[in-house]
Amino acid sequence: MTTTYTVDDPVKGRIEYSDRKRYLWMSSLFMPLFPMLGIALYYLFDSQWMLVLPLVFSYCVIPVLDYVIGSDTDNPPEEIVPQLDEDRYYRILTWLTVPMHFIVLIGIAWFVGTQDLTLWSVLALAITAGSYSGLGINTAHELGHKKPAFERLLAKVVLAVPAYGHFCIEHNRGHHKDVATPEDPASSRMGESIYKFVLREIPGAFRRGWDVEKERLSRQGRSVWSVHNDILQSYAISAVLQGGLIIAFGWIMVPFLAIHNFWAWYQLTSANYIEHYGLLRAREASGRYERCQPYHSWNANYIFSNIVLFHLERHSDHHANPTRRYQSLRNFEGLPELPNGYYGMYVLAYIPWLWYKVMDKRLLELPHINGDLGKVNIDPDRREEILRRYGKGQGEALAV
Amino acid sequence: MAKYRCPGCGYTYNENDGDVREGYPPGTPFAALPEDFVCPDCAVRYKEDFELAEA
Ligand SMILES: [Zn+2]
Repeated sequence: MTTTYTVDDPVKGRIEYSDRKRYLWMSSLFMPLFPMLGIALYYLFDSQWMLVLPLVFSYCVIPVLDYVIGSDTDNPPEEIVPQLDEDRYYRILTWLTVPMHFIVLIGIAWFVGTQDLTLWSVLALAITAGSYSGLGINTAHELGHKKPAFERLLAKVVLAVPAYGHFCIEHNRGHHKDVATPEDPASSRMGESIYKFVLREIPGAFRRGWDVEKERLSRQGRSVWSVHNDILQSYAISAVLQGGLIIAFGWIMVPFLAIHNFWAWYQLTSANYIEHYGLLRAREASGRYERCQPYHSWNANYIFSNIVLFHLERHSDHHANPTRRYQSLRNFEGLPELPNGYYGMYVLAYIPWLWYKVMDKRLLELPHINGDLGKVNIDPDRREEILRRYGKGQGEALAV
Repeated sequence: MAKYRCPGCGYTYNENDGDVREGYPPGTPFAALPEDFVCPDCAVRYKEDFELAEA
């Protein structure tokens, strides 16, 4: 049972394509089983240790699976993309994941609120729930970039689970416009650790999202404190959901939800950290930055984590064509390439010295940079140190 | 009135309809949009990138 797309191209003749991952994408529907697995095993083995297994899966097993299973050779031809984009099967899968995010958070909250657990177990469950809600931000990312109003509405709804309602506005209008420039709070700089980045990224993203929405509403002649504010609408759903959980399951929900929310946001921070590390768009004579090019994003083409993340790792094509649907995103040779999938790279980013050791060399060896530090987005606090270390005596000229 | 099209994603600005959600009322000429206007759908094409689709 395969669906084959064909197109008669005037130059290339007949092009045929069938998507080998078509049914693998259904796994997004089974993803909630992972956070719930720990709870099931807890009952089966009567051990709180089982509650950490979903975290072990995300941060240890997925990187290994990416390494073992390797790269994805499947790549839809550009000529097929319009047909593949129109195939409704794929978008329905993203719609169906939205309610799952509510079910999982409520399910885990119920478990925390009703069982006698150690503090460590509550912490593990809050982080597990947070990492699954981080995937909810990824689902919102896919939906929020699409043109149909219904999908944008779903994005707003699913963002309510981790209380991150400003994300889609900030991301689409802010990050995509300013990506790979020093002005972008969601693009990390060479020499900037993730622990420093998070303090710039989370508040910066909030401010930019709020400002963009305020501007839109003011053009409509409305105040930012209006029911038409998309961010406030999403926050209102968060207040009902999370307030309801506190009323239902008591004060334990306050630290649980705080850790859950933070961890979901931090998953996004982690993705932002690795997606554009050190990459810099050149400034044109007009003062405007050059258009975002494919070499302004780090890519990973590992089959396993790409299935988990709706092809987010095919990131260059996403920035070139932000409204293109996940199933149609393409891989290209010769782009900045990460040595493992996103989950493995998150873990690497959490150990800054190891991250620098692996990534700084890779960054400077990119063909368009070729050791030229003038073409790198560098943390200003570490600029001199980095120029001394990698500048090979050309530091003066480069310190513009 | 004219229509202008984003060459990246196909978003079309129709001067007749404006873009009410974005705060541009019906009848707003394309030329009257702010200079830092970006495509409301993809946000990676600027005002000067837009092409005249229908005069
Ligand atoms: Zn566009």
